[in-house]
Amino acid sequence: MTLSVALRHDFGSFSLDVGFEAPPGLTVLFGRSGSGKTTLINAVAGLLRPDAGRIAVDDWVLLDSAAGRFLPPHRRRLGYIFQESRLFPHLTVKQNLRYGGFFAPKGAKRESEARVLEMLGIGPLLERRPGALSGGEKSRVAIGRALLAAPRLILADEPLAALDEARKAEILPYFERLRDEVETPILYVSHSAAEVARLATHVVVLQSGRVIRQGAAAEVLGDPEVTPLGAHAAGALLETRVVAHHADGLSELSVEGQRLLLPRVSAAPGQTLRVYVEAADVMLATQRPEHISALNLLEVQIRAIRMGDGPGALVQLSLGGSALLARVTRRSVEGLGLAPGQRVFAVLKAVSVAKGNVAGR
Amino acid sequence: MLDGLTQPLSPAEWSAVALSLRVSLWATLVSLPLGVFTAYALARWRFPGRELLNGLVHLPLILPPVVTGYLLLLTFGTRGPVGGLLQEVGIVFAFRWTGAALAAGIMAFPLMVRAIRLSVEAVDPKLEEAAATLGAPRLWVFATVTLPMILPGVIAGAILAFAKAMGEFGATITFVSNIPGQTQTLPSAIYAFLQVPGAEGAALRLVLISVVLALSALLASELLARRVAKRVAGQ
Repeated sequence: MTLSVALRHDFGSFSLDVGFEAPPGLTVLFGRSGSGKTTLINAVAGLLRPDAGRIAVDDWVLLDSAAGRFLPPHRRRLGYIFQESRLFPHLTVKQNLRYGGFFAPKGAKRESEARVLEMLGIGPLLERRPGALSGGEKSRVAIGRALLAAPRLILADEPLAALDEARKAEILPYFERLRDEVETPILYVSHSAAEVARLATHVVVLQSGRVIRQGAAAEVLGDPEVTPLGAHAAGALLETRVVAHHADGLSELSVEGQRLLLPRVSAAPGQTLRVYVEAADVMLATQRPEHISALNLLEVQIRAIRMGDGPGALVQLSLGGSALLARVTRRSVEGLGLAPGQRVFAVLKAVSVAKGNVAGR
Repeated sequence: MLDGLTQPLSPAEWSAVALSLRVSLWATLVSLPLGVFTAYALARWRFPGRELLNGLVHLPLILPPVVTGYLLLLTFGTRGPVGGLLQEVGIVFAFRWTGAALAAGIMAFPLMVRAIRLSVEAVDPKLEEAAATLGAPRLWVFATVTLPMILPGVIAGAILAFAKAMGEFGATITFVSNIPGQTQTLPSAIYAFLQVPGAEGAALRLVLISVVLALSALLASELLARRVAKRVAGQ
């Protein structure tokens, strides 16, 4: 199933004018706050009626302003996961979970309740009320409630933004399972590059109400045009394969035929892994460095150099068919005489890749 | 004078108490759905004439009750525009207990609407949105999310209205007069007894009953509302 969206809406001081497609999988709407992400997802949900546009999931039309069609939210078959979970405080967890299923058409394809309870680990909470749940538990129940509504489209509006780091780490894997185990397309709003890197199969980048880039996650994240939006966590996503686990606690992975050593990963040899490498963790050398503690030396080619306004520069590298980003200083770019087309070595410390940036699939 | 308190109620006094209870109960029950609807509309909808509706609802609170009673007589009296029409289908308000209930209901309406409106405004519309995205049509959203959450306010509003109806005097006596057994409610009866020499004992008994009824209503509403609020808060 593919979600296609084309919208125009004028708020006076701000206007939204976007078009994008979300193929099966998890599509992240990525952008700063104020870029129109939430407005856009609310329009898809039917909570906002845009001036003009068309929204459809395959040939099922949710909105077509030209034809005067506007399905109200309750007829859009959604599973909307909100930032603040929005559980009904007067109902028990069980009643919350079953709320959407009650309104779903009798013949609708449903997730089994037992499977959802198991997947989210919320079986023991059923008789409680939301007031007695922790933040992480509320988030999981909210995910379950959306899933059990038998949705044709799952929407998530920064579902992790209100959680602290520990809770985020607790909830992220559930979204990965959702992406991998549930066939329903997921539209996920986020301004966190790390979340994008871990979850996205497809990314739509928004800026001031316009789509400035869309495409497969690895492709978009390695694009320096996109990185000013989340400069702190600019980086690139590498598709890797686990080769072996070594006795000294390191795992050997292969990426585009080159070797990558990381602290022990949980995946078994042969499995594929997504590794997010932050641009600030990558050093560049014009000759193969020797007598250096960093374990990873990747042979790469410079594709483009983007000078920042300050002292920094972002170097876009190609590693076989993959992209890698390095954040260095302008002084280094000039001192080393870096230029597009040049072959250089990307240096990466094994320990600098955070555990949270390594994920299955 | 205090001897009056030890004597049992006379049939006339009983009938005033029973009539007041019946009038107040009907006034409250019939106006409650309308009160909930009006409170919801005022709290949630933006429509032309909203301020006017708000003003109309509050009018009985600020008009002299005798004016409200007289306006009711003009409108719902057997010669009034509405009263005349209703008479043809067999509904008569003037000088009947039903008229007392109408007057009490209208006088109590602003209090009821205010209490319920506050509780509607306290419900986060985002919860109603969430219910809609889960597939609930509007009426279902109201029945399964809004109504349970405003229940403490609805109960408080209803009991407040009941207490106000029990005490309504000015509009009632103007609209339906003070006919023993027909339209003589508790306050009308107290007023009548106070006009007669030697009936202070009867008046005092009824005063005591008024106080007890009002206090119990308040206590009951507090207890109920607290219980419901606890449930709604999700504990």
